[in-house]
Amino acid sequence: MIPAAVVLSLSIGYLGLLFAIAALADRRAAQGRSMIANPWVYALSLAVYCTAWTYFGSVGRAAAGGIWFLPIYLGPTLAMLLAWIVVRKMIRIAHTYRITSIADFIASRYGKSPLLAALVTLITVVGIVPYIAVQIKAISAGYQILTADGREGWDGTLVVTLALAGFTIAFGTRHLDSAERHEGMVAAIAFESVVKLAAFLAVGLFVTFGLFSGPADIWARAQAHPELARLFSAAPGQFDSVQWFALTVLALLSVLMLPRQFQMMVVECTDERHVKRAAWVFPAYLLLINLFVLPVALGGLLLLDPGRFDPESYILALPLAEGAPALALFAYVGGLSAATGMLIVETVAVSTMVCNDLVMPTLLRRASIRARQGGDLTRLLLNIRRAAIVGVLLLGYLYFQVAGEAYALVSIGLISFAAVAQFAPTLLGGLYWRGATRAGAFAGLIGGFLIWAYTLMLPSVAKSGWIADDFVREGPFGLALLAPERLFGLASLDNLTHALFWSLLVNIALYVGVSLWRAPSGREASQAHLFVDVFSRPAEAGAPVFWRGAARLDDLMGLATRLLGPERARALFEAQARERGLADIQALTPDARLVDQVERGLAGAVGSASARVLVASVVEEEPLAMEDVLQILDEASQVRSYARALETTSAELRAANAQLKTLDQLKDDFVSSVTHELRTPLTSIRAFSELMLDAPDLDVAQQREFLGIIVTESERLGRLVNQVLDLAKLESGLADWHTEDVDLAATIRAAIAATSELFRARGAQVLPHLPERAPLVRADRDRLTQVLINLLSNAAKFVPEGAGRVDVRLTVEPDAVVVAVSDNGPGVPLAEQATIFEKFRQGGDALSRPSGTGLGLPISRQIVDHLGGRMWLVSQPGGGATFAFRLPLQP
Amino acid sequence: MELLRATEAGPSPKVLIADDEPNIVVSLEFMMKREGFQVLVARDGPQALETIRREHPRLVLLDATMPGMTGFDVCEAVRADAGTRHTRILMLTAKGRETDMARGVGAGADAYVTKPFSTRELMQKVKDMMAGDGPGREDPAA
Repeated sequence: MIPAAVVLSLSIGYLGLLFAIAALADRRAAQGRSMIANPWVYALSLAVYCTAWTYFGSVGRAAAGGIWFLPIYLGPTLAMLLAWIVVRKMIRIAHTYRITSIADFIASRYGKSPLLAALVTLITVVGIVPYIAVQIKAISAGYQILTADGREGWDGTLVVTLALAGFTIAFGTRHLDSAERHEGMVAAIAFESVVKLAAFLAVGLFVTFGLFSGPADIWARAQAHPELARLFSAAPGQFDSVQWFALTVLALLSVLMLPRQFQMMVVECTDERHVKRAAWVFPAYLLLINLFVLPVALGGLLLLDPGRFDPESYILALPLAEGAPALALFAYVGGLSAATGMLIVETVAVSTMVCNDLVMPTLLRRASIRARQGGDLTRLLLNIRRAAIVGVLLLGYLYFQVAGEAYALVSIGLISFAAVAQFAPTLLGGLYWRGATRAGAFAGLIGGFLIWAYTLMLPSVAKSGWIADDFVREGPFGLALLAPERLFGLASLDNLTHALFWSLLVNIALYVGVSLWRAPSGREASQAHLFVDVFSRPAEAGAPVFWRGAARLDDLMGLATRLLGPERARALFEAQARERGLADIQALTPDARLVDQVERGLAGAVGSASARVLVASVVEEEPLAMEDVLQILDEASQVRSYARALETTSAELRAANAQLKTLDQLKDDFVSSVTHELRTPLTSIRAFSELMLDAPDLDVAQQREFLGIIVTESERLGRLVNQVLDLAKLESGLADWHTEDVDLAATIRAAIAATSELFRARGAQVLPHLPERAPLVRADRDRLTQVLINLLSNAAKFVPEGAGRVDVRLTVEPDAVVVAVSDNGPGVPLAEQATIFEKFRQGGDALSRPSGTGLGLPISRQIVDHLGGRMWLVSQPGGGATFAFRLPLQP
Repeated sequence: MELLRATEAGPSPKVLIADDEPNIVVSLEFMMKREGFQVLVARDGPQALETIRREHPRLVLLDATMPGMTGFDVCEAVRADAGTRHTRILMLTAKGRETDMARGVGAGADAYVTKPFSTRELMQKVKDMMAGDGPGREDPAA
């Protein structure tokens, strides 16, 4: 036995340590060096999930039902798998719109409805107060076991409760704006998570390896007891997988919906990337704290007198009975950590909800609060919140005193879980379903809550003997169909699964059905957009603002000052002025964006529903119809798509500009080349004309020579103009094509005939090598003739005078025909072969070069390309040149 | 005037025509010979440079776009060589773009004439350049 003074002073000392840690963290935060902006602290703070209920209750549950404590931890583990998707979205929404509680979250989603916020708060209070009582009971029971103090009348639990209220007030209501983080509180909670884990592991190790020689030993000895063996070796058919599933789902939902989890996971989150770390650290924490549940339970059952100790106290009783009082004290501190952590966070969360969603709306009905003039309300608000903290804790204490002895810890915890699970359809649905409405949320929540109360709460009250329990056994008024634990004859489920099944079924059915019944109103639709599409919203500036009306800057500032205090109000407006690039607050335009920002600022302090009412009381606003919402959304998305389009367009323009520059350069070069080619013959023509004009005394032979040159150069000029135009048409795709079946052999013969004069003049011969039968090709006959004449006349220019020989071959391949024109001229120098098909690249040197425009080959290749073929040159310098082209045969 | 007389008195000065267009060469040759100059002809860049170094013509009518070596390159090579530095150079080009003009001046030509040219103006310019240093260097951009 441990003296009461020791236990009490240890408890108070421990709370003092928590104070110190919290104070340190708050001071560090004030200096800008946050202790909690760390993924480990975040993950540990989530372990506030493990309360005294876990700490003591798991062992009790394991002692009674074997592995049935596990689903309570499997659920959260599964939930954390979805954390990155669901929790991160909740965090983003809460931080964007300064939402500070689950009631605010749900109310805000459904059009900032004060009634909905009040309903959620009521359900929370009703559901959570027993849970708070559980914690107080655990502290009290632990105290009694350690001290073995049977004294009635004096009770340390009230002291502890009041001390906790003091702690919570000190660190939970430091600032009015509950969207601000409670750094001290979070640091203390993370510390408590470490303490309770260490204590539980210490006892687990002590039992497993101190009292027994390892887990195998415990197992073997448990097997020796028939009743213990039965506990852990249920036949396969006896395992109730439905109940297992129900418990897992219940825990999964409550880890997201419990007010304290929402507080830690969403409101106190400093960086949504921390969710990634928490997604595995938190489940790992749960695994560790459950590691020794079975050994401790079995150890207690094997070693302790079943009549003297409740299994829920084994974690304390085992070390105490086995002569390790220090360890027992440590285990008690661990339990204290688990209980106080829950109490602190839960009361902060619930008191915020009670203040913002129950008390504020009532106060707001009073004209003096709503009036445009009026005093500073910040102190009033803080005091309301402090009173709520004390009130909630005392309510829990009262419940513990009145009903505490009636239930085991586990059953109370599960009843609370089932109550907050009713928020799940409304909250999760609201994250993803735009069509959900306020009426649907109301119907679902009320329906689910009533079924919960009827099927779970009432029977448990009846079983404790407070009210007659015949209606539980026989149904109200003898109507068996309505028996609370066998609704509509559903008797095959245990009472928790049964209640969960019916309450969630009714909840979801009403939520979906009523939502579908009516389209969302303007405000519901606008909030739906802000929640569902929270990730698709661009920077703050591009976000739509769902407000229309007129406001005065002074009114907005007055309102903010009254609710936030002069300093914070000023900071809010200064931030807005900075964002708009204004030097002075007075230069701010009270537009929709400013009204929206002020409303958000107020939401952090009084909740979004109350903030809405307050803002509406100082501005002239137009009701928001569905059409307005659509229009605002449309405008916002237009602005966004303009911005996007502008970006895309400018990128396209840059690319187009670069391309145009390249094209321009090419065109410039082309024009320059053409100009050069045109100027050259013009130069000769002008020079000789002028010379003849100035010298009428030229002899006739010279005159004839000059005139001949003029004629030749004029012809060259004309040819050039034609070919430039021709090439331009081909390149731009404007040329006319008359596609028909062409007999290539006949076309070749015609081209040879047309150029025969050229060859005869140079004393050269042309030898056609044509197959007897050649397939027809789909082509433009005139264009093909143009190509052939071009190749032939090129050849004619380069063959040696008097000994020229040109061979024209037509070969038929399976899928193509090839025409090759070979000459026995000098061939093309290797250096020129690469550029021979480019414009104005004439072969040969200037002196010996026959007249030509330098455009024949580019035109020919363009034509062949257009016909789907290819043209190339094979030439060994000194060994003649072969220009050839291939045309595909159509299948 | 002394210089002019000296020119008239001495052996007829040499003029090199460097162009790859045969008909233009024919017309320029006719004009230069009629003025009494001794005419040399080159058909490409290297040949032109070689002729200038060998014959030291008083004036070169230099086509800007010749195979082998452009007129600009020839001009720069002439200016870089102490033995030929003082050769008068009149650039002829069929490209009328500003950049080509700038290139010509940058290369160190004394005058710059675009094709097609006026035979009278060309002859006047040639006469001026043969007469002496002063009026020969004129700003082509003016």
